[in-house]
Amino acid sequence: MAKDLVKTLADLKEEEALKIVEARLKAGDDPLKILDDARRALEIVGKRFSDCEYFIPDLVYSGEILKRITDMVKPKITKGREAKRLGKVVVGTVAGDIHDIGKDIVVFMLDVNGFEVFDLGIDVPAEKFVDKIKETGSKVVGLSGFLTLAFQSMKDTVEAIKKAGLRDKVKIMIGGGQIDDQVKTFTGADAYGKDAMEGVKLAKGWIGG
Amino acid sequence: MEKKWEEMSAKEKREARFKTWLSAEGVNFQSPEAENTYKKAIMRFKDVVLLGKTPDRVPVFPFGTFMQGHLYGVTPYESMYDYGKLLSAHRKFLEDYKPDYYGSPAFIGSGKILDILDYKLYRWPGHGISQNSAYQYVEGEHMKAEEYPALIDDPTDFWMRTYLPRVFGAWEPLTQVTPFPNLWEVVGVSGWMIPFGIPPVQKALKALMEAGSEAMAWIEQIMGFEMEARGMGFPTAIGGAAKAPFDILADTIRGTRAIMVDMYRQPDMVLKALERITPLYIKQGVGMATFAGNPVVFIPLHKGADGFMSDEQFKKFYWPTLKALILGLAAEGCVPFLFCEGSYNTRLEYLKELPKASCFWIFDRTDMANAKKLLGKKLCIGGNVPAGMILTGTAEQVKAYCKNLIDVAGKGGGYIMAFGTAMDEGKADTIHAMIDFTKEYGVYK
Repeated sequence: MAKDLVKTLADLKEEEALKIVEARLKAGDDPLKILDDARRALEIVGKRFSDCEYFIPDLVYSGEILKRITDMVKPKITKGREAKRLGKVVVGTVAGDIHDIGKDIVVFMLDVNGFEVFDLGIDVPAEKFVDKIKETGSKVVGLSGFLTLAFQSMKDTVEAIKKAGLRDKVKIMIGGGQIDDQVKTFTGADAYGKDAMEGVKLAKGWIGG
Repeated sequence: MEKKWEEMSAKEKREARFKTWLSAEGVNFQSPEAENTYKKAIMRFKDVVLLGKTPDRVPVFPFGTFMQGHLYGVTPYESMYDYGKLLSAHRKFLEDYKPDYYGSPAFIGSGKILDILDYKLYRWPGHGISQNSAYQYVEGEHMKAEEYPALIDDPTDFWMRTYLPRVFGAWEPLTQVTPFPNLWEVVGVSGWMIPFGIPPVQKALKALMEAGSEAMAWIEQIMGFEMEARGMGFPTAIGGAAKAPFDILADTIRGTRAIMVDMYRQPDMVLKALERITPLYIKQGVGMATFAGNPVVFIPLHKGADGFMSDEQFKKFYWPTLKALILGLAAEGCVPFLFCEGSYNTRLEYLKELPKASCFWIFDRTDMANAKKLLGKKLCIGGNVPAGMILTGTAEQVKAYCKNLIDVAGKGGGYIMAFGTAMDEGKADTIHAMIDFTKEYGVYK
């Protein structure tokens, strides 16, 4: 292969990356291999984001390019293959809050760092977190919130997890907007991450990897 | 003879605007003390923002949105639907807390008007979110990627016949109205009016009239309160509003994800659009400040904060038109009030490009010691009292925090005590601590 998909995608060269994918598909390359390369590229994007070399526009753009690649490759896939994952993390924006930009970045970063992420979306009631923890056996929970009303919702969610008898089975991290260590204490969470990179670090510290 | 407005320098214009603000036309002061408090607060503001003489003390501005209601048991829903309840909370807040300036209840707006217009850009209490939640912005793409040329070609037409019909359900039929410049002489008048006879368009116009009637009912009560508040001795801190051109594209019309992809796929279009719309928002800020008789133009900043974009992207996409907006407003004698949530540590060097005392910056999580060091001689700064501490901390913690802010950022003037964010909620003991402590400890000797 003349051009390296991993490097091209990691450098966010959209048209060039798509051309490589097209050529590889035409040449009969294994579509799963192409997706593996794309995943490796996104890992590099995540790494560059951690190193403050990339910022949110770059993350969002890499996601957009990946979407186009996946659309091209998906119809050619016949058999699935599960990637090995470090561990499971449940993430969501807490009840009453509908903001998702920050949460989506955390999901992206956890995903490219090898975690299996269950994204519950926005305005997530406490019970939904509890149910998902039970269902998946996730050991880490990430609560996101932009508004100050999220302080109470986070506290309620931690409380609900406790009531369900799961508190000693999970580590809970919080982040977003006006969250800080003081708010962490108020909510009863285990840690506060000031950005997505810290979220990844916390999850790695708890789960390993 | 007095100079004509257009002959005045920027400084003379600013002076004239301050004079109007101070004159408090139409205000019925409750007492000579109230009048004195009002005027002293404005002079304090002027000293602190223009970095002239050292002010008498650090000014304190506890800026809230739904906070005043929250402190007195008025829900966000009630704040948006029961104007009387909202205003009585605001009145009590002024009586009990005595801030130097008040944040206008007009910031809340009317839920009834949003209902009539079927607004899609936000959810508000009782409409898509709980009655106890403040209004919240909904991410969406309200201008398509290929519509930049239409926006650049004629922003007003784009707004009226494309953008507004998308974000207001009730406005939707107005896509059928013919462009306004098409109406030129007698032969065209009758034909141009035809769309206004189409039943859905007539229905849309009726909805606008209904919204207008509600707006009149709303503003009557709001203005009543505003005049009363001033009569009690409290000036409002804000005259007009504008937005960073990049944020108009990113929040208002394209959505966060879309604009970020545009920066890659069509950077030239983004830059052209930014340049095209900048004068519109200078005009808006100036117009509102003139109407309000108050020079301060509030500019909430969003997508340029640390971490949102790279330095290179900030320099290319965000800063040039924000700077042009600030300079344009200042040239007309306005005082831009940059409200800077998140942190701006990596952007402070850019702020040094701004002329002395051309604007002021309320920061959230920016390192205040560094901001003071870099900007202290040029620009007034403020804020940084954390929402988390106000809502979950103690009065003692807040006092200690404010003491440090006054010692470090307030040294020699040029600092306004304020929260880092516009508060949706409040807590009595900590807010009292912030205000009372500042009034006591913040005196310059």
